[in-house]
Amino acid sequence: MAYSDKVIDHYQHPRNVGAFGTSGEVKGRKDVGVGIVGAPECGDVMQLQIRVTPEGRIEDAKFKCFGCGSAIASSSLATEWIRGRTVDEALTIKNTQIVEELALPPVKIHCSVLAEDSIRAAIEDWKKKNPGATPASAMTAAPTAAPTAVPATTA
Amino acid sequence: MERGEGVWKKVHPLLPELAAMIIGRSRSIDSPDTPDTPEHTMSNPTAMIYLDNAATTRCDPRVVEAMLPYFSEHFGNAGSRNHRFGWEAEDAIEKAREQCASLIGAQPKEVIFTSGATESNNLAIRGVANLYAKAPAGSPGRGHVITDIIEHKAVLDPCKRLQREGFDVTYLEPNADGIISREMVAAAMRPDTILVSVMWANNEIGTINEVPQIGALCHERDVILHTDATQWAGKMPVDVEADHIDLLSWSSHKIYGPKGVGGLYVRRRRPRVRLEALVDGGGQERGMRSGTQNVPGIVGFGKACELCAASGDAERQRLLALRNKLEAGLTSAMDVVQVNGHPTKRVPHIANISFGFVEGESLMMGIAEIACSSGSACTSASLEPSYVLKGLGVGDDLAHSSLRLSFGRWTTEAEVDHAIVSITAAVNHLRAMSPLYDLHKEGIDVSKIEWQQH
Repeated sequence: MAYSDKVIDHYQHPRNVGAFGTSGEVKGRKDVGVGIVGAPECGDVMQLQIRVTPEGRIEDAKFKCFGCGSAIASSSLATEWIRGRTVDEALTIKNTQIVEELALPPVKIHCSVLAEDSIRAAIEDWKKKNPGATPASAMTAAPTAAPTAVPATTA
Repeated sequence: MERGEGVWKKVHPLLPELAAMIIGRSRSIDSPDTPDTPEHTMSNPTAMIYLDNAATTRCDPRVVEAMLPYFSEHFGNAGSRNHRFGWEAEDAIEKAREQCASLIGAQPKEVIFTSGATESNNLAIRGVANLYAKAPAGSPGRGHVITDIIEHKAVLDPCKRLQREGFDVTYLEPNADGIISREMVAAAMRPDTILVSVMWANNEIGTINEVPQIGALCHERDVILHTDATQWAGKMPVDVEADHIDLLSWSSHKIYGPKGVGGLYVRRRRPRVRLEALVDGGGQERGMRSGTQNVPGIVGFGKACELCAASGDAERQRLLALRNKLEAGLTSAMDVVQVNGHPTKRVPHIANISFGFVEGESLMMGIAEIACSSGSACTSASLEPSYVLKGLGVGDDLAHSSLRLSFGRWTTEAEVDHAIVSITAAVNHLRAMSPLYDLHKEGIDVSKIEWQQH
């Protein structure tokens, strides 16, 4: 099975690898949401950390991933797509868009599902830490720093 | 050994072209001016480093050379008993049978040619069970078979079929060292045991089972012993008499011969082992395997066996030194690196190593210039990690993190040096983005976390 050029590029040059702190450190931070999905026994674990403004805009995102090349590429791409978006906008990202962008074969679709799940889990964690937050409307114009690669999220 | 243009021309005017087509890549690199390139320094056919010799091996050019006349010149059917073409084919097959028998200490008549070790395993297991069954087909209690959970699928699946057909099968489980011992087999023996099938060396981890000891036990109890010697015969010494083997499967393409041919040793004396054929027809191979013989393939298999017998202990020592170097290099360069299987009771050409907190398929992607196998879910459709590593009690996470690196006749020390550097760099690259490695460094036991299963 050959990997697409985009998967190879994300594998060799993963975007936004890292964390805002150890698992213990970020637990107490209200501005950081953490999503960890998957299990080592299944061969995939994705950790996504997002740093969110009180208005609900994802200022920065970092990932770590234990998994195959497609899993690494899916999580790397997810961080690119959610940086600069509001949490509501980020929640509209679908795994099928990741499949399309990275040209994942059917056997690797679960990698994209995991990436979508990690976004949801991280946002859920942030919302739990900020029960009073009123996320900015999706209509708010994204800052110019926002990635342009985000596909239309009307689906 | 002469490998120049002249060899082909002597045989047939068209054969240089044929030969160039078949081994063109090596010929284009091996300068025709230096036909005496020593075996072990022969150029690699591609820029890749091939460390997957347990999957298949490069066919030795001397084997190809021996086969070539049997395609277009001596093309006869060995079953044609009344003309020269048939006699030539028959002579070639009988010479190959001697070469194959000699490798394992058998009589030529005891070697049956098949399409490969998978067929040999099927013929041995199903052929014996059906012939020695203690009750007719369709009834239960037809007899007992002993095998183990880390066999190749070509043994496990025929055993599962026997279960559906009324036989009882015991699947032994190895200890963490991966070895099936005489004691394990002895404990599983029953009065109605017909057959024991235990592989000599495991194909994923290279561990060596106590086959000669199990053979002695079987002969004491009048039970037939079959061994899948695909990763053993040709690499390690075999003496079917001293080792008490009744049936032995081996393959040509694992020992530098062509694909599509293999052998089954069937003991003829003390005891005489009988088989029910799986393929009926013209009665070739003493009725045990009908079908026109694959003459070029069999000639190549014979030549491959002869070459392996000649390379002997020196080649084993060379491969062992390479394996030890690789394992020492990788375990000293990084933490949480585990060599799977028994520390020493392993064949010299296979290393199976788990790199904690790194997934095997992504690791292979990082060492794209090295061809090897992974115990991870890389076998396309299946997302299950290696059942062999799981059978040893290696955790699923470490099973996903394993590489099988296997050496062969053309593996060089320089390639092993390169592999150590390349694998270390890829593991470090992946650990830098592994959340599990972070947890490990924080002192958290990854296996104790309750993961949300996906």
